[in-house]
Amino acid sequence: MSRGSPDGPGTAGPGARAWVARRAGAAGVLVEAADGKQAQALHAEVLRRRDEGSLPGAPGADEVLEVVPAARTVLVDGLADPDAFAAALSSWEPAPPAADAAGTVELPVRFDGPDLAEVARLWGTSPEGVARRLTATVFRVAFCGFAPGFGYLTGLPEELDVPRRATPRPSVAAGSVGLAGPYAGVYPRASPGGWQLVGRTDAVLWDTGRDPAALLSPGTAVRFTEQG
Amino acid sequence: MTAGELRVVRAGALTTVQDLGRPGYAHLGVPRSGALDLPAFRTANRLVGNAEGAACLETTATGCAVRPSRTVLAVVTGAACPVRVEGRPAAWGAPVLVPAGAVLDVGAAAWGLRSYVAFAGGVDVPAVLGSRSADLLSGLGPAPLSDGGVLPLGAGRPGPARGADAVPHAGLGAELVLPVLPGPRDDWFTPAALRTLATGRYQVSPQSNRIGLRTLGPGLERSRDGELPSEGMVLGAVQVPPDGHPVVFLADHPTTGGYPVVGVVPRDSLAAAAQAPPGTPVRFVPLRGRPLTNSPTRL
Repeated sequence: MSRGSPDGPGTAGPGARAWVARRAGAAGVLVEAADGKQAQALHAEVLRRRDEGSLPGAPGADEVLEVVPAARTVLVDGLADPDAFAAALSSWEPAPPAADAAGTVELPVRFDGPDLAEVARLWGTSPEGVARRLTATVFRVAFCGFAPGFGYLTGLPEELDVPRRATPRPSVAAGSVGLAGPYAGVYPRASPGGWQLVGRTDAVLWDTGRDPAALLSPGTAVRFTEQG
Repeated sequence: MTAGELRVVRAGALTTVQDLGRPGYAHLGVPRSGALDLPAFRTANRLVGNAEGAACLETTATGCAVRPSRTVLAVVTGAACPVRVEGRPAAWGAPVLVPAGAVLDVGAAAWGLRSYVAFAGGVDVPAVLGSRSADLLSGLGPAPLSDGGVLPLGAGRPGPARGADAVPHAGLGAELVLPVLPGPRDDWFTPAALRTLATGRYQVSPQSNRIGLRTLGPGLERSRDGELPSEGMVLGAVQVPPDGHPVVFLADHPTTGGYPVVGVVPRDSLAAAAQAPPGTPVRFVPLRGRPLTNSPTRL
């Protein structure tokens, strides 16, 4: 098991996960995991402990806990006692969360994006091959960011990483399905964007008049289906 | 007791509706938003008898003017400025009854940057994710005020509020002093850069906004190259973009970011940051933090 940092002291023994805890203000801890999978496992564990009321250093009734997963980290902010949280963390060995632990969302997609041919070329397949590959993959929302309701979806193997477009588009339509680096994502609203666009869904990713407003939140499993 | 409305006579440079914001949604990419000078915001609500989280107006530098359709108790706190009701001077920091149809004019800030204007009953725009705050990063909540626009007022008592405390007038600070708790990425900077942060002469950049207080001054040199994968960002984070000039994240800050955060300014100090106009000298004062269990050894 590789450690999260070359100078991290967290060596709890073989098989143990080593977290590197970094202070993020008076009430926050940024926990660095060895990789994205461990960050997802830690995120699920923090939520589990929050929900069962056993999170060490948890905030008082007036404070709002923020748990923000990202590519390789989990930020826990609003803690009453960040030191207690960081100390307890060293013994945690969370199992990877079940693929559908946070529910599954199916997104019907028309695979007709302007970059579909380019992605097919990069993958050494046909446009139909790209659609087949994407609909056969169970994605997981690793984290959200960029805009409210934008989920970074993991699940594609490393060899299918694609670069961002050299020149971002000034406007990408809401519902556009894109690829960039190791991630897939769906634009929740029209915005500028540099992801390679392979298709489009009519699903509404973000609606503040709906509860929950976000269709995708960290941990959600996502399947694309082909819409004729 | 009627609710009524506010007609915007003069929107000013940037006037927004703000309350305590919408914390708790950072994991969905939603900024916390909310009033930047929370003590001034809370005081304003208290002075007109509102709950502490009622929505107020937050002005920027040039104030604003509004005409209520009903007689309403109002108050101006935060940045000190001339206050006029239908042209007649009124006190800053004291509740004033604005007759129906009269213009409440909040003048340009003589000290500070952002005034808070509270009305008994609050500004009653629809709440989005539990908050009426305008979020200028992601566009949630009401748009900034525009000339001729109309805002709904909540129902409020027409009479004076309960006895309220005197409003403390913040002193004329010659400089903005910002304590900084090191981390989470202070180890991305050279020891010389950390000394520069502590001793350098900075000032508030005119590029500052509700997202961040940008600074002008000596750049901070990184000790390592490469990119930081995006990670969660806290309120008050001092992020250092490639140009090396520290940015202090305020309420509308992005919830994740890819530039290293050298330290975090405690929340208590952010109200002063919200009131520092461009050009104000800034001094960063690193605090000594105890290392966390499992922290990198350099901390």
